[in-house]
Amino acid sequence: MAFEYAPAPESRSVVDIAPSYGLFIDGEFTDAADGKVFKTVSPATEEVLSEVARAGAEDVDRAVKAARGAFAKWSALPGAERAKYLFRIARIIQERSRELAVLETLDNGKPIRETRDADLPLVAAHFFYYAGWADKLDHAGYGANPRPLGVAGQVIPWNFPLLMLAWKIAPALATGNTVVLKPAETTPLSALFFADICRQAGLPRGVVNILPGYGDTGAALVEHEDVDKIAFTGSTAVGKAIARQIAGTGKKATLELGGKGANIVFDDAPVDQAVEGIVTGIFFNQGQVCCAGSRLLVQESVQDELLDSLKRRLSTLRVGDPLDKNTDLGAINSAEQLARIRTLADAGEAEGAERWSPECELPASGYWFAPTLFTNVTQAHTVARDEIFGPVLSVLTFRTPEEAVAKANNTQYGLSAGIWTEKGSRILAVANRLRAGVVWANTFNKFDPTSPFGGYKESGYGREGGRHGLEAYLDV
Amino acid sequence: MSESERLSVFKTYKLYVGGKFPRSESGRVYEVTDQKDRWLANAPQASRKDARDAVSAARKAFGGWSGATAYNRGQVLYRVAEMLEGRRGQFTAEVAASEGISKSRAAAVVDATVDRWVWYAGWTDKIGQVTGGANPVAGPFFNLSTPEPTGVVTVLAPQDSSFLGLVSVVAPVIATGNTAVVVASERSPLPALSLGEVLATSDLPGGVVNVLSGRTAELAAPLASHQDVNGIDLYGADETLAKELEIAAADNLKRVVRPHPVDFSADPGTGRLTAFLETKTVWHPTGGLGASGSGY
Repeated sequence: MAFEYAPAPESRSVVDIAPSYGLFIDGEFTDAADGKVFKTVSPATEEVLSEVARAGAEDVDRAVKAARGAFAKWSALPGAERAKYLFRIARIIQERSRELAVLETLDNGKPIRETRDADLPLVAAHFFYYAGWADKLDHAGYGANPRPLGVAGQVIPWNFPLLMLAWKIAPALATGNTVVLKPAETTPLSALFFADICRQAGLPRGVVNILPGYGDTGAALVEHEDVDKIAFTGSTAVGKAIARQIAGTGKKATLELGGKGANIVFDDAPVDQAVEGIVTGIFFNQGQVCCAGSRLLVQESVQDELLDSLKRRLSTLRVGDPLDKNTDLGAINSAEQLARIRTLADAGEAEGAERWSPECELPASGYWFAPTLFTNVTQAHTVARDEIFGPVLSVLTFRTPEEAVAKANNTQYGLSAGIWTEKGSRILAVANRLRAGVVWANTFNKFDPTSPFGGYKESGYGREGGRHGLEAYLDV
Repeated sequence: MSESERLSVFKTYKLYVGGKFPRSESGRVYEVTDQKDRWLANAPQASRKDARDAVSAARKAFGGWSGATAYNRGQVLYRVAEMLEGRRGQFTAEVAASEGISKSRAAAVVDATVDRWVWYAGWTDKIGQVTGGANPVAGPFFNLSTPEPTGVVTVLAPQDSSFLGLVSVVAPVIATGNTAVVVASERSPLPALSLGEVLATSDLPGGVVNVLSGRTAELAAPLASHQDVNGIDLYGADETLAKELEIAAADNLKRVVRPHPVDFSADPGTGRLTAFLETKTVWHPTGGLGASGSGY
């Protein structure tokens, strides 16, 4: 007999969400100049969590001025002093990590298991790592005394709200830049809590400014003539628009965009480990991951065995309350994203791919999508080409390593890929040929602040993380 | 018959595409003159079609060139320098005529150019160690970052520095394993076209460097918007053209090097080497050897 799971919810009482939040400019919370606000909801329940000020062009100008005003002093601080501010931030994040994990789960819809065990530890680690660089920039391989760029305009997505903030702010501050950051419209809260962390850390006013808003806020920030550096993580379409927008200017940009990662399973791969890797690859964070392994390439001879095992495993995934500690898949981040996933999955079916999902009961309110597999997929299918950004896996097959590489590279993207095989030389040969910025061999979706991350081709340019991540914020 | 009475043999300058020397498919040529407007040669005026052919050739050559060992690329590039050295007289005459400088100054420019090529030849098997390396991740993983070439790169060569400038922008692109489509200086294309002849006799596989002469704006537009070009160095474009090209290049997110003045006689640094490199990071579990058993 199967045992039922008892609910094991994480307590919400650890986080205190105010009914409303302002923009964070020059060290203070303030209303938008035009008084606009928007609501942020919990995607798991559609409950309104808070009302947040919505920054317009005038607010962008105010924030950029504040960042510019703070730049001279901040960049002139000895690196060791900047480092200590960042170490303080890292420590305060560790102290408040449970609160932030619950907050992120509420605002984003992702399982508490992930915010608690992945997002938050990585956020703190990222600040800790770049803190240490602040007084060692002369030794980073970019020549003596590399200079910061100035004011960085940073636009981040909703899939890892606080982690993406850390990826942007930590290297920017370590190198002596000041920042104006726009969190995504569906997940503004953790960035606003971060503003409070800056207060606790005693960070000088204007060094970090947070502007919640929609795409128009981001566009105004990118366009502002006193911004020296753009860092964007999001869709390839918006990334291209930014590249056009800043053409002919002196603005430096890093773009971390979409992906359609291939996860290649060879016939000698240990099936159980491969299945776990496939699950991590596409169902981590509900598949709302730019580097997701959304295309499974399985060697034909082991297809049946692998798919049987994968389906069995998917049937054990627990979809539901993100605050429940046993939950594997939480809610889709927004109604809009859910609609996009549905449209693309429907296209997969309409084009003749075979759709399968385990039996699972989805909650009545909120935005939910069951883990989904498509088989009989060809390279021409929409579900094999377009980034779905949801818990949808397309399965393709191959016979030879040559064919696997050709299919893996047959995409406009080039962010991530996976390889599963026991044969070391094959791992290295295939890894060599894959046109992707991150290759996970016999593992998937691993991240670390020391490890550079970023794409080839239309997955963007520049690297975040590691020594490489400093270059994006230095005048080198 | 004394030398001064001997009628010299002119050279027909041709494009260099895919290891061959075609005339422009358009059949067009344009007059190249020295700084005093005296006729030097008729250079091929390449067309959009020539540009597309050059991209195909560069793409075809990319697998072999990027897959060659760094040592081998260094050997081939050094061979190019040897061939350049043997043609110093010819390049000196071309540079002097093109740039309107004295023979002795032109000779110094040519020497610097050959030395520049040697410098880049030595970089092929060092840049990977300088820019890549192991990353100390917080977990039981082997984690290695390696630079890899971006792919097919369009290079708009400097308009004024027809040889030293040309080599300073082309050599770093191919040293790192990219293949190149080079648009020569519009006014002074002859050193670039002659460089093609050197490359053809230097063990450099056909298609690794392709040289086009003609109108920079006409050739650059289809190259900047070409979906199979991965990067573009806009050095030879003026401000207005560079902006248009950068907008077109955004369509497939080409890596763009914006034009900015460079003192080609100074130490070039590694900037042009890293501009067209991607960083690939590979992870693998390290596991343990103890009773815990499995590596992953």
